[in-house]
Amino acid sequence: MERTTLDLWVGMFVVAGIAALVFLAMKVGNLGTYNVSNTYEVHAYFGNVGGLKPKASIRDAGVLVGRVTEINLDTQRYEANVVMSIDKRYQFPKDTFANILTSGLLGEQYIGLMPGGDTEMLKNGDQIKQTQSAMVLEDLISKFMFSKAAEPAAK
Amino acid sequence: MTVINTIRGIGHRIINAVWRIGVAARFFFLTLLYSGNSFRRFHLIIKELFSSGVMSLIIIIVAGLFVGMVLGLQGYETLKRYGSESALGVMVALGLVRELGPVMAALLFASRAGSAMTAEIGLMKATEQISAMEMMAVNPIARIVAPRFWAGVISMPLLAALFSAVGIFGGYLVGVVQIGVDEGSFWSQMQAAVDFREDILNGVIKSLVFGTVVTLIALFEGFDAPPTAEGVSGATTRTVVTSSLAILMLDFVLTAIMFRGA
Repeated sequence: MERTTLDLWVGMFVVAGIAALVFLAMKVGNLGTYNVSNTYEVHAYFGNVGGLKPKASIRDAGVLVGRVTEINLDTQRYEANVVMSIDKRYQFPKDTFANILTSGLLGEQYIGLMPGGDTEMLKNGDQIKQTQSAMVLEDLISKFMFSKAAEPAAK
Repeated sequence: MTVINTIRGIGHRIINAVWRIGVAARFFFLTLLYSGNSFRRFHLIIKELFSSGVMSLIIIIVAGLFVGMVLGLQGYETLKRYGSESALGVMVALGLVRELGPVMAALLFASRAGSAMTAEIGLMKATEQISAMEMMAVNPIARIVAPRFWAGVISMPLLAALFSAVGIFGGYLVGVVQIGVDEGSFWSQMQAAVDFREDILNGVIKSLVFGTVVTLIALFEGFDAPPTAEGVSGATTRTVVTSSLAILMLDFVLTAIMFRGA
């Protein structure tokens, strides 16, 4: 088949379009940074998840190790069941602590993991037993107020 | 009598509109039916890709750059009030990938390539080239309409992706290079917030739908135009108006389906 300059232009157009898509996927989107296939899932119960949302990050020592995949209410316990998928490269002991923390004063909420000392590691489908709920500002303030009120008046 | 005439006029218009929708649906079906031929003769599609896709590149790139730059400026002014300038990348990227990329690219495509398609086919009809084809037993839908249709459907997502990519670069130029937002947080927050399937793929689906609708409207208006100078000019105007409205209305529907605030 004969090659024309027209084909060259159309080829350049298609290559530029696909390059733009790859740029969007890799540099703008999260396809390049986070691979979903090599993960294992664990879950944990929290008394209160606060503003935690699916896809919130899971960090240990500030390093991103996974993402929250699902949050639902367990109607047996009336606690929030949070399913997390964690990168297979990172293994955590069975007695790991999961806390809901806030990045910055008004930032988004994430789950911070604090590894324990157990020799056995968490496997796919395991439950993280020790958890700490999100801090709710109203609770914090009311606690502070009640403790102040309980103190004997200063002389 | 005038009342009856008015009512008769309204009824006539409504029936006419429904009639046209029916013809357009049949036209769409016939285009799909005869598009097998145009894939076997792919050079026809390539020729149309050149005139609708490649020729729209410059307007898409320039418009994308400036839209991205404006987003960067305006976004910075607003985000500065809450001390979260670092979220500028997120705002620019999500705005472009989800909405502005597909919609603006489709609007530009409708006025740049859609109007040209309508005028071209309308003139072919006015100069009786289409009747001549039919006389030679060449199916005009397979020979003229189907290659243009597929060229539009193929080039629309590519143009939208280019628009978004160039727009993000424009936002980067204004936000990071000129104003001085931190480069690391600009990109990293963007990557954390933009999801490939939820945001980018949905944007591509949107632009595919827009490409189908815009090209179909342009081709149908051209094919349906009265074979006069006035008829062709009217059809070209209708192409731009109808497809712009269709893009904006469909965008709302698609957004409501795709991003239900989950």
